[in-house]
Amino acid sequence: MTGAPENQIRNTLENQHLQTAIYTATGRLMSHRRAVVSPEVLPDFQELRTQANLIKKHTIENLDYYLEQFASNVAARGGKVIWARDGAAVVDFLAKLAKEKNVRLIVKAKSMTSEEIELNDRLGRHGLEPVETDLGEYIVQLAHERPYHIVAPALHKTRYEVADLFTERLGVERETEIERQTKIARSVLREKFLSAGIGISGANFLVADSGAIVLVTNEGNARMATTLPRIHVAIAGIEKVIPRAQDLAVFLKLLGRSATGQPLTVYTSFLSGPRRENEIDGPDEFYVVLLDNGRTRLLADRYKRESLYCIRCGACLNHCPVYRKVGGHNYPWVYSGPIGKIITPQYLGVTHDPWLPFASSLCGACEEVCPVKIRIPRLLLKLRSEVVKAKMRDPQSRLERLGFRVWAWVMCRPKLYEMLGAMGSAVFGNGEAWLRRAPGLMNYGPVKAWFSQRDLAPMPARSFRQMWRARRKAAQD
Amino acid sequence: MPRVSVFVTCIVDQMFPKVGMAMVEVLERIGYDVDFPEEQTCCGQPAFNTGYREEARKVARHFLKVFRDAEYIVVPSGSCTSMIAHQYRELFAKEPEWLEATNAIEPRIWEFSKFLLEVAKVEDVGARLERVVTFHDSCHGLRGLGIKEGPRRLLSRVRGLTLREMDAAEECCGFGGTFSVKFPEISGGMARTKIDSILRTGAELVVGIDVSCLLQIRGALSRAGSTIGTMHLAEVLAHR
Repeated sequence: MTGAPENQIRNTLENQHLQTAIYTATGRLMSHRRAVVSPEVLPDFQELRTQANLIKKHTIENLDYYLEQFASNVAARGGKVIWARDGAAVVDFLAKLAKEKNVRLIVKAKSMTSEEIELNDRLGRHGLEPVETDLGEYIVQLAHERPYHIVAPALHKTRYEVADLFTERLGVERETEIERQTKIARSVLREKFLSAGIGISGANFLVADSGAIVLVTNEGNARMATTLPRIHVAIAGIEKVIPRAQDLAVFLKLLGRSATGQPLTVYTSFLSGPRRENEIDGPDEFYVVLLDNGRTRLLADRYKRESLYCIRCGACLNHCPVYRKVGGHNYPWVYSGPIGKIITPQYLGVTHDPWLPFASSLCGACEEVCPVKIRIPRLLLKLRSEVVKAKMRDPQSRLERLGFRVWAWVMCRPKLYEMLGAMGSAVFGNGEAWLRRAPGLMNYGPVKAWFSQRDLAPMPARSFRQMWRARRKAAQD
Repeated sequence: MPRVSVFVTCIVDQMFPKVGMAMVEVLERIGYDVDFPEEQTCCGQPAFNTGYREEARKVARHFLKVFRDAEYIVVPSGSCTSMIAHQYRELFAKEPEWLEATNAIEPRIWEFSKFLLEVAKVEDVGARLERVVTFHDSCHGLRGLGIKEGPRRLLSRVRGLTLREMDAAEECCGFGGTFSVKFPEISGGMARTKIDSILRTGAELVVGIDVSCLLQIRGALSRAGSTIGTMHLAEVLAHR
């Protein structure tokens, strides 16, 4: 479709290694998930989803209240809250803080929110050195790429590619064994942890009634990044707040299971405020940056605001047959897959990538697995209608609109519909052979598109209604 | 004799008339008087799914008028049934009169296999087909209407038939209406993944409840040079 990165998509589709890598990795995540959400092992899974949806709905409807409660509880524990309108405000705050504290090196735990505002590049331009410490994120940072997947950033990289990357960027000997590669990364990163002045993390949840942030991770790097440097800055979208600590009983059961098929991830960290007296670890200063970056605009839209319920588990990506074909780098923004398809147009504007909501077969696998029950296909359909409205004046859209107008007109006139059907059957009754002899028709967009991939059986000589009448007549005779 | 109206859908009417005839035959066989309101055309889904809601509404109103008095409406498609049962409400959210008509029609509209099992309460329709088949779960039937075990129960009563499940039964075939021509390469890639799964079963035939999926699957099988055929559930059940 016009505007889509067609060549890039084609490259992905034709790269057999990449296709296998995506399909296998997502397939593994799917089967791991299935094993831990089945009714035998988790009978109340569907109820948990409903509960999570209701909590999110309630929170988003009362977001102002819970954000203020969260902020005052952070302050009560000696932390500071920074309200950031956009990425520039975050960068501004961090640059000033780094300058004031004389910090150059920053370690980072995995955070999609920081990817969303391209934090690493922007901090780099201020002379700062942010280093990703999640292994996958570290790999994509070394490769100067965007994360390929919300929870598995380097899903597309084989260990051989990682070996080459490490040799090139770190000057180490080529090492293709994953355990050894991890060891290499660990020894590089250990130094960074010890000398960094600021640690940046995201937050999976912001707990309003306690002022704590919750981090859900597997590698332990987030604990290092948030406790070793003197300063910890957590950056989170405003939608990450939940009312009570006890709500985590619902969300923690869903997040790990939906993301990687783990009943719980290896580390679940609750961080609130800087280190207090008698505590042996933790930072001297604790900041939470609450990022808007378009979220309040989304909040204003009653119909689509449920997109803010997302807890970034990535299950919709793993189960999406389109993501499993095109991978994570053919989407216009850092958020890929079905969730990316519904939030990107809302953040960047529906005309920014008008093709995006159409790049779906509407199969509904995403909604089926979404732990907070976001009705993704419904939102895609809504976005499609918004694109159609916004692109009304575009010549190609005009043609399409005219086509659908005529079509609707015909569909309300059964006699005309039947007549045109009979004409179609007379013309296409010979099927593809006829079409191929009429090159003009074969070059017509949709026809060409169909035959580029598939065959089409000839149209039958008689329609159902003709057969029906013939049968009735025969019965009467 | 109890009476049912059939909505055969535009695609069955124009491209798969035999599927419609097979459905009629099965319904008559189990004792229904079948009516085909000739004013029927389409449910409006193509326009709705492509973002043309006003155009979809026009066609949907036509549908609601045609079937206003039908006691049961039986449809050989999970997708069109789901459109009428679920999406009309969305289309007419701001038109109370048509919303009422939608609510009135919703409990009377039945996808074919669901009608057999839940209204007619028949599992064995006396069919025979000596073939090894595999079943494709079409997305809107599966996720929109919860159709999963039903068609398999019906197939299990077909004499001579062996069902071999494919590993990717619930994966989309890649059709998706205008998606198939707006993103042909992705759609084709999805079809080929589906076909690989079909081939692994060794089945001779793919059975489904939506001809749109079967159009895609058949087209891709044929392109791949395979001789595996496709059949709508109604055709299987009509076969003796």
